[in-house]
Amino acid sequence: MDLILEGIKKALWLLLTLDPEVRGVTLLSIKVSGTATLISLLIGISIGTIVALSEFRGKRFFVSLINTGMGLPPVVVGLFVTIFLWRNGPLGFFGILYTPIAMILAQAIIATPIVMGITLAAIQQLPKRLQLQILSLGATRLQMVWILIKEAKLPLLAAVMAGFGGVISEVGASMMVGGNIKGYSRVLTTATVMETSRGNFDMAIALGIILLLLAYIINLILTQIQQRERPR
Amino acid sequence: MHNARCTINQLVPILEAKDLEVERGGVLILSIPFLSIQQGETLSLIGPNGAGKTTLLQTLSYLLKPFQGEILFRGEVVNSNCPVFEYRRKLAMVFQEPLLFDTTVFNNVASGLKIRRMKKEEVRHIVEENLDRFGISHLSHRSARTLSTGEAQRTSLARAFAIQPEILLLDEPFASLDPPSRESLIEDLERILRRTRTTTIFATHDRLEALRLSDRMAVMNRGKILQIGPPEEVMNQPVDEFVASFVGVETVLTGKVVRSDGGTFSVSISGQEVEAIGDALLEEVVTLCIRPENVTLSSPSSHEITSARNVFLGRVVRITPLGFYHKVQLQCGFPLVAYVTNQSLRNLSLTEGKEVKASFKATAIHVVRRQGR
Repeated sequence: MDLILEGIKKALWLLLTLDPEVRGVTLLSIKVSGTATLISLLIGISIGTIVALSEFRGKRFFVSLINTGMGLPPVVVGLFVTIFLWRNGPLGFFGILYTPIAMILAQAIIATPIVMGITLAAIQQLPKRLQLQILSLGATRLQMVWILIKEAKLPLLAAVMAGFGGVISEVGASMMVGGNIKGYSRVLTTATVMETSRGNFDMAIALGIILLLLAYIINLILTQIQQRERPR
Repeated sequence: MHNARCTINQLVPILEAKDLEVERGGVLILSIPFLSIQQGETLSLIGPNGAGKTTLLQTLSYLLKPFQGEILFRGEVVNSNCPVFEYRRKLAMVFQEPLLFDTTVFNNVASGLKIRRMKKEEVRHIVEENLDRFGISHLSHRSARTLSTGEAQRTSLARAFAIQPEILLLDEPFASLDPPSRESLIEDLERILRRTRTTTIFATHDRLEALRLSDRMAVMNRGKILQIGPPEEVMNQPVDEFVASFVGVETVLTGKVVRSDGGTFSVSISGQEVEAIGDALLEEVVTLCIRPENVTLSSPSSHEITSARNVFLGRVVRITPLGFYHKVQLQCGFPLVAYVTNQSLRNLSLTEGKEVKASFKATAIHVVRRQGR
């Protein structure tokens, strides 16, 4: 019990004094996961929308693949990204293994199917006739797609939350492709794992609290936007 | 733009369809050998669910592909050489559901104009005009999600009119409204259509709605147009049993009001006066609908006193058995249809060519006012 109390006390101290190491780790976490989420939004929303709006053979199979991808285990992603980026691997010449770029790549791979799956569902649940209505207002195909995406903005906000929430809390892939290098590729989750294994519970708790706060703040902001838009 | 429109040869139909065919899953769901719509006219498509009304509207607006045949706009074939959205920008469509966007009423009405990248000032002007037209100015800043069905459908219609379409396509726009909001919206639409003279194609399954709003009526079933013509003609002279059962139930009579005094008025129909209740202006053209079950037949020699205000002597033209009763078509100077039980038919010994007295109450007449048409 003492251990926990002592840990929390020290953790609060680390937070309040803005410990440089804690600060660095936090900023990198936000940078890596934020970038990865942005990339996944670009890819996920566009492909998700295209798939939702088009009819092709094997669509069901493709959709089931995306849905499976929503639960992609981060360690598996980490494993494959590592293999691809390995010195002798197919993408080894980039030399980006154990860099934040590799972490962004891995996290984007984890978040993209999540965003894509939610986008797909969001666009598909819009009334079918809405497309006809938009076209009959004189829209070009591109204008129609843009209007549909705007119509689905609330579920798409959920996609942002789910995507970001998924990668900021992910540890396996970041550890494997980033290497948890101090001051370079160490993020909140990998640092927490390391400090815990070393018995530095105070540090680990501090990092854990930040992680929780971060996830909470981001979701709070997005929820605010979402709820403001709800019907009265 | 507006002046140029008036100088266009009025003889060229604004819209024509030739050999239009739509197939779905190997089944022909639409087959229209020829259809022509004149500038400024209102054509109603009437038929049961699944008759092909929606399919026809969507095909005419190039929303439903693929199809066989040709569509001509002002004499020119619409095809894929020019972007189809340019053709669609001349039309506006209103569906049964309002299908509003998740934004304010103002932005909804502006959406068609924004799609056309119209300048903001101009947009505001047109939107305000159309909000006012449909009596929804006070809702301008409300979220579309908070509207009642009636308000939402008004917004949807205002959005269509804001585009200033050359052809307006309405797909059962009143079907999901409750009777009071339906009535007031029809009234407003009637007034607006009269003012703008917008060419309108309008799908409905309500024959009175069609009678009220349209210059011509097309009865559809199973993807085909069975009969097309002025509403009175279609309703009084249905070409077949289906048309008869769908729109030919009532006797439909159109005439001018020759007398009107608080509560009752008389309409001159082929030289005879028919009395109905309600308000109507002198000289106004109204249409009267009389249901056959409300017409009573009696022997011409009987001197029974009746409360029916309308008693006419007529001749039996045709008797059609309909199971438990007979349909008797009469000629009283105007056509009139009555239902009589098999027993009454025997008692009056009705046969074709025989004279008979027909009566119906002034209160049994459904009056459709079609001012200005």
